[in-house]
Amino acid sequence: MAIEKRDPVTGRVTTGHEWNGIEELETPIPRVVFFFLAVTTLFAVVYWVLMPAWPVGVTYTRGLLGIDQREVVMRQVEDAAVLRAAWTDRVGAAGFEEIMADATLMQHVRDTGRTLFIDNCAACHGTRGTGGPGFPNLAAGAWLWGGDPETLAETIRVGINSTSDETRVSQMLAFGRDGVLGREEVRSVAAYVRSLSDLPLGEADRGRIEAGKEIFAANCVACHGEDAKGSTDAGAPDLTDAAWIYGSDAQTVFTSIYSGRQGHMPHWEGRLSPVDIKLLALYVGTLGEDAR
Amino acid sequence: MISRLTVSERHLALFVLGALALAGLAMAVGGRGDPLAVHGVIVLAASLGLGFLVLSALFSPEPGESRLAEYYDDPTKAGIVLSLAWAVVGMFFGVWVAALLAWPELTFVDSAWASFGRIRPVHTSGVIFGFGGNALIATSFHVLQRTCRARLPDQFSPWFVLIGYNLFCVIAASGYLMGMTQSKEYAEPEWYADIWLVIVWVVYFLIYIRTLARRKEPHIYVANWYYMAFILVVAVLHIVNNLALPVSFGHAKSYSLFSGVQDAMTQWWYGHNAVAFFLTAGFLGMMYYYLPKRAERPIFSYRLSIISFWGITFMYMWAGAHHLHYTALPQWVQTLGMTFSVVLLVPSWASAGNALATLNGAWHKVRDDATLRFMMVAAVFYGLSTFEGSFMAIRAVNSLSHYTDWTVGHVHAGALGWVAMITFGSLYALVPWMWKQERMYSPKLIEVHFWLALAGTVVYVFAMWNSGIIQGLMWRTYNDSGTLAYSFIDSLVAMHPYYIARAFGGLLFLTGAVVCSYNVWMTIRMARVARVPAKGDVPLYGAAQAGE
Ligand code: HEC
Ligand code: HEC
Repeated sequence: MAIEKRDPVTGRVTTGHEWNGIEELETPIPRVVFFFLAVTTLFAVVYWVLMPAWPVGVTYTRGLLGIDQREVVMRQVEDAAVLRAAWTDRVGAAGFEEIMADATLMQHVRDTGRTLFIDNCAACHGTRGTGGPGFPNLAAGAWLWGGDPETLAETIRVGINSTSDETRVSQMLAFGRDGVLGREEVRSVAAYVRSLSDLPLGEADRGRIEAGKEIFAANCVACHGEDAKGSTDAGAPDLTDAAWIYGSDAQTVFTSIYSGRQGHMPHWEGRLSPVDIKLLALYVGTLGEDAR
Repeated sequence: MISRLTVSERHLALFVLGALALAGLAMAVGGRGDPLAVHGVIVLAASLGLGFLVLSALFSPEPGESRLAEYYDDPTKAGIVLSLAWAVVGMFFGVWVAALLAWPELTFVDSAWASFGRIRPVHTSGVIFGFGGNALIATSFHVLQRTCRARLPDQFSPWFVLIGYNLFCVIAASGYLMGMTQSKEYAEPEWYADIWLVIVWVVYFLIYIRTLARRKEPHIYVANWYYMAFILVVAVLHIVNNLALPVSFGHAKSYSLFSGVQDAMTQWWYGHNAVAFFLTAGFLGMMYYYLPKRAERPIFSYRLSIISFWGITFMYMWAGAHHLHYTALPQWVQTLGMTFSVVLLVPSWASAGNALATLNGAWHKVRDDATLRFMMVAAVFYGLSTFEGSFMAIRAVNSLSHYTDWTVGHVHAGALGWVAMITFGSLYALVPWMWKQERMYSPKLIEVHFWLALAGTVVYVFAMWNSGIIQGLMWRTYNDSGTLAYSFIDSLVAMHPYYIARAFGGLLFLTGAVVCSYNVWMTIRMARVARVPAKGDVPLYGAAQAGE
């Protein structure tokens, strides 16, 4: 522990202490450190003077610029709303026909509808509205309740089997489980239903079609209609087309009839504004455009 | 190891373990039907198991006075092993959660414990508290004794701290898997675990004070200032942020004493200072010892050490509010958080610069010695991430970066690049000293580990920078209709490739940790064969001289 010890590499003096072999040099603090300390401190002080900064009793220094983040954001939201109102007001006031005839408005509908749809609906219906097992394809043009914009807006507003008082209600009965039809009868009517959309049937199923047709006439027409083309009053799907909510394979169709089905679509009134619902109804209407 | 405790220390250990067993029993009985009971059983089993160990050596002869002529390093050795075990576990969970974000179906088992929300804190606590905390405890005991030239004051309390701390970590991690959490980030463990940690921490602090009081050096070395700041401030933070009222003494659940924006502010005052005093101060302590030791160079500037120490300690305390920019937190608090964060850059860079300048005259060693290179890269990443941190604390920048992966990238630049690298470097230096070997089992594997760790960190950080900035921009882009141009799902789709890259980077880092553990394990095995005692590595002040 010599008092004046020099480091051979730098030629600097050490502080004279040593801890288990570690020494420290008496290097003065580099100027640049003080420089940056001064610059950052100056920045801080200027910022304090201009912006809300220090607490003083029950209040605080408001800063010379008089900026308040809450006011700023409120103003920004208002400004944005005013800008948007240029077209949203027209969407709110105009009828569906009128909007659909207006190409610029429809462009806004597509732009805005896409984000609204993906943020709120895609979890169930998919980002392009093409659905999945249990969730209908909204781009297929095969509607349960109807595909005109007024009806779509109503469906979105009240939902299907939702918790809204006004909800649309629909149910596919559990014919097999509730004992209305026996297993063999369910198999027959399933074969008949699948024959309606020309699905490939096995030998045994082909022999069941006739019996199934009779069972269908006796049990199913009330909801699905004489021609099995569905009913928008009951929210019952068209069974003759290529669109299936739950699936078209023999097992799934059997399950639909044997155990019944009841899809749940949430209601959006109160969660989305009337204009947003209108936008979504129009947007959902455009989903099939690419497909068609 | 138990026979190295004195007989009275063994009695004390039995007494403490008995009390702990009773506490475990009370928790198990009082918490029937609550997850608390599971923890009671864990505590009970741990204390009975340890009690059995102590009993088995209870009547071994009193250890000789010769022990006092050596530093007491058994707890440090155990801490090193525990630290690496936690590193592998914690990083494995990290890679798993990273993979979950890229491929959400990778839960393997379809049960609640494997869900993202539960295994994520296992990762964060595993690496920060398990890996980092054990490394800090282990190295602090080592550094403390060497820089004071005094033996630890007794042999029981270091074990109490080390084992007690790991018991806390186990309770924390197992609690998360059962769904127990206070929902405060990095302060998830419930009230009883928190109380236990306070007890452990007080003993830890006392060890420090008592050893310092016995020191044979006129001055207290810088590393010890940092370790002390770490211990002291973490205690304060931990106690304040965890003030809570349990539903009942038979329930694990508790409710915080704070609510609303006060709660948020307390939490981030805690959270940011955990970064400051756990992940920065503690590891700076490590750096200030192992880096000059390994480089065999004096510290570049004593004065710089002083101003950066006080700069960091003073400035960090204010910075927490930058985690709450543009929230319900009053703007003036945000201003203070932001401005102090900016000034904080100066002492941070002064520390990093002090470390790098210490390497002057030893750069050839940095080139040849992967151990020293670990420490050098750590100092560089410390500088990078503190710059990034101050930058992100600026409100305008934060409005882009907040809530995005940029934050995650920033944290990992610090956690992987700084904390883990300095730890690995220090452990590679320390392990041969502890097990009395000339060098690690395989210097080549250290080299391999270095490149794995560096590549992993770089891949990770770049992936998250890209991902975060893209995310931030997508969330704020409007189209001509005045609508957000992208939906949230759009931004997720854009993230996917980066999430895969991040999981890959993490995997590289984990592989490095496994290589390190293997290397350490083999070094320990080497030690069984031959010991090469280091010269002069003995205390001037043994325990007996203290009259304790
Ligand atoms: C929780 C899942 C879920 C969400 C979210 C959801 N839907 Fe649905 N939706 C359904 C289900 C299920 C059905 C079919 C109900 C049935 O089978 O009777 C349906 C049916 C519909 C229909 C009826 C189609 C027809 O044929 O008449 C429309 C229109 C519709 N959804 C639009 C939307 C829109 C727009 C949104 C977003 C605002 C949305 N859905 C969100 C589940 C959902
Ligand atoms: C009370 C009205 C009602 C009756 C009666 C009824 N259905 Fe349905 N059916 C529905 C409704 C409503 C749905 C749509 C359910 C849903 O999507 O949640 C449906 C769905 C189905 C489906 C599934 C279609 C798909 O796209 O996956 C099949 C198959 C079906 N019905 C067949 C039958 C047959 C066969 C019968 C007679 C045995 C029958 N239904 C009688 C109302 C009825």
